[in-house]
Amino acid sequence: MDLYISILEQGFIFGIMVLGVYITYKILDFPDLTVEGSFPLGAAVTASFIVKGINPYAACFFSFLAGSAAGLATGVLHVKLKMTNLLAGILVMIGLYSINLRIMGKANIPLFNKTNIFTGMVPVAVIAALFAICIKILLDLFLKTKFGFLLIATGDNPELVTSLGINTGFTKIVGLMLSNALVSLSGSLMAQYQNFADVGMGTGIIVMGLASVIIGEAILKKVSIILPTTMALIGSVLYRACIAFALKLNFPATDLKLITSLIVIVALALNRYKIGERFKKLFTARGGIDAAH
Amino acid sequence: MVAKKSLSILIMILLIISVLLSGCSKNVSGQSNKSISDKKGKIKIGIMQIIEHEALDAARKGFIDALASKNFKDGENIEIDYQNAQGDAPTAQTIAQNFVSGKKDIILAIATPTAQAAYNATKDIPILITAVTDPVKSGLAKSWDKPGTNVTGTSDAAPVQKQFELLKKLVPNSKKVGVLYNTSETNSELQVNDVKAISPKFGLEVVPVGITSTNDIPQALDSLLSKVDVLYIPTDNMIVSAMPIISARCIEEKMPIIGAEEGTVNKGALATEGIDYYKLGFQTGLVAVDVINGEKPSDIPITTLKDAQLIINEDTASKLGINIPDDLKEGAKIVKGGE
Repeated sequence: MDLYISILEQGFIFGIMVLGVYITYKILDFPDLTVEGSFPLGAAVTASFIVKGINPYAACFFSFLAGSAAGLATGVLHVKLKMTNLLAGILVMIGLYSINLRIMGKANIPLFNKTNIFTGMVPVAVIAALFAICIKILLDLFLKTKFGFLLIATGDNPELVTSLGINTGFTKIVGLMLSNALVSLSGSLMAQYQNFADVGMGTGIIVMGLASVIIGEAILKKVSIILPTTMALIGSVLYRACIAFALKLNFPATDLKLITSLIVIVALALNRYKIGERFKKLFTARGGIDAAH
Repeated sequence: MVAKKSLSILIMILLIISVLLSGCSKNVSGQSNKSISDKKGKIKIGIMQIIEHEALDAARKGFIDALASKNFKDGENIEIDYQNAQGDAPTAQTIAQNFVSGKKDIILAIATPTAQAAYNATKDIPILITAVTDPVKSGLAKSWDKPGTNVTGTSDAAPVQKQFELLKKLVPNSKKVGVLYNTSETNSELQVNDVKAISPKFGLEVVPVGITSTNDIPQALDSLLSKVDVLYIPTDNMIVSAMPIISARCIEEKMPIIGAEEGTVNKGALATEGIDYYKLGFQTGLVAVDVINGEKPSDIPITTLKDAQLIINEDTASKLGINIPDDLKEGAKIVKGGE
C-alpha cells in the first residue's frame, strides 16, 4: 500500500513540474531546458528559507517567484537577444547551477526535523494532490482567459497573434515565466518531501517532464473529454508508477533504467492496440460526446 | 462537468495502477525492534546504493562478506534485497519507501543521498550507512559518538592529514596544490574545506577548481596544471570516474597526483594514504551484526576506517621520474598500470 501512496505523492509533486513543461513544450512549442535549473532553484530557495526559520508556505511562494525570474531570463534571451530557444534555455540552466550553489551555500542542505508543508496530520499524498489539482484547475481557467487564448495561439499560429496587433514576444515571455514558476514550485515541494535539497536535483528533470507529458497524451488522447492538463498530471503519476513497478520486478539492480523504459514501451504499445479503442467505445456509447465535436 | 469527469477518470486510472501492482507486495511479517535475531524466518536486509561506482560496489561487497563471516548468509538466514537508484534521487526515495513497506529489518544505505532518502522514509528501522563523509552535517545523526537516531555505520572521511604528510614526502618542494572536484558533491566540498584548513600547516597554497560534468575536466585540468606543482584528488565520484584521462594528461605534464582513495591510484595517480572501501564496508557489516544482536543504532558511534593503507603506483612513479624512498615502500601496497 505504501508503494502506491509513494507513487501518488511523487507523481503529483512532479506533476506540477510536468504542467510547467506542458506549457512550454505543448502550448508554446518551445523546448525549454531552463527547467533543469529552475527545479533545483525552487529546492534551493525553499531549503535556505526553511533553514532560516521562514514559514514553509512563504518559501513555496518565493520559490514560485524565483522560478518565474528564471523563465523571464530565458524569455528575454530568446525574444530580445534573438537567441534560439534551445540555446537560451541552456544558458540559463547552466547559469542557474552556480546561482543555486550560491543560494544554498553548499551542495546539499538537510531539512530533517524542520517544519514543512507536509508535516502534520494530513497525509502527504492528499496535500500533494491538492496542490497539483488546484494548480491544474487554475491553469485551465487561465488558459480560458483572453490572454490564455493568446498564449495558445502564440504556439499554434503566431501570425494570427501578430495580425491582431499583439506582440508574440510578450506572450512567450509570460508563458516561460509561468512554466518555470511551476517547475520551481515543484522543486520546492520535492525538497520538502524528501527533506533535503541537492544541487544535482535537476538532472534528468526535462526527460521526466517530457516523458510524462507524452505518456499522458499517448494513453489518454483518444478520450476526447480529458483536458490535456489532466493528461499531463496522469502522465506524471504513470511515469512514477513505471519506475516503482520496475523496482518491484526484482530484476538485477543495474537493469532498472532499461526495465523502466521497457515498461513504458509496453504500456504505449498495448494502448496503441487495445485500451484506447475500448475507452473510445465506452465514451461514444455514452451519448455520443464525440459526435458533438 | 468536464472537470468532474476528468477527475473520475483520474481516480479510475489510479485504481487500475493499484490493481496492477497489488499482486507484487504481500510482505506481511511481525517486526520486533528489540532483537532482530529473535525473529522467526530470515532477516530481511535492504541495500540501497545511489549509483554504480567502483568504491561503492566494493563497500557493498565488504558489507555482505562481513555478514557472511558471522554466519549470516544470503538465502540461508538472511535475505538481501539490493536496489540501485542509477543516479536518480527520487528513485532512491521510492526504493527507501519500498524497503519500509516491505518491512526490512535493516537498511544499508551507501553514499549520502541514499542515506538521506532512507532516513526520510523511516525513523524506526535501523539504517546502516557507509561512504557518507559527514553524517552530522548531512542531518543523519546528532553526533558522531552517539547518533541519537536510527542511523549508524561508517564514514569515508579521508585521512587528509596523513595524505598531506605523504604529499610532502613525495613532492618535497611543492608550494601549490591543485584540487579538482565536482561542485555538486557534498562529500567533495567537505574535503576541499578540510584541505584548505590543513594546507597552511604544510606550507601549501590550495588552488581548488570545481567542475560540473566530466566534459569540463580537460579544460579545468589544463588551466590548473600551469598553476600548481602537485594535484590532490578527493574521493569525488565524478573525478574518480574520469581518472584515466586525468592521469594520462598529468603524466604527460610530469605532474604528480596524490589521491584520497585506492581507486585513483589504480587508475594512475602516484600514491595515496587512503581508505579501502571494501574494508569500510566490512566494518559496517560488523556493526550490522551488533544491530542484529539487539544493540540500538542510536547508541553505536559512527566510525571512520581506523587504519589507512599506503598505496603507490610504481609505473606512474617511474614515468614521473620520482624515486620512492625505501622506508615508504616498506609496508606499502604497490600497484602498477593505470593511465
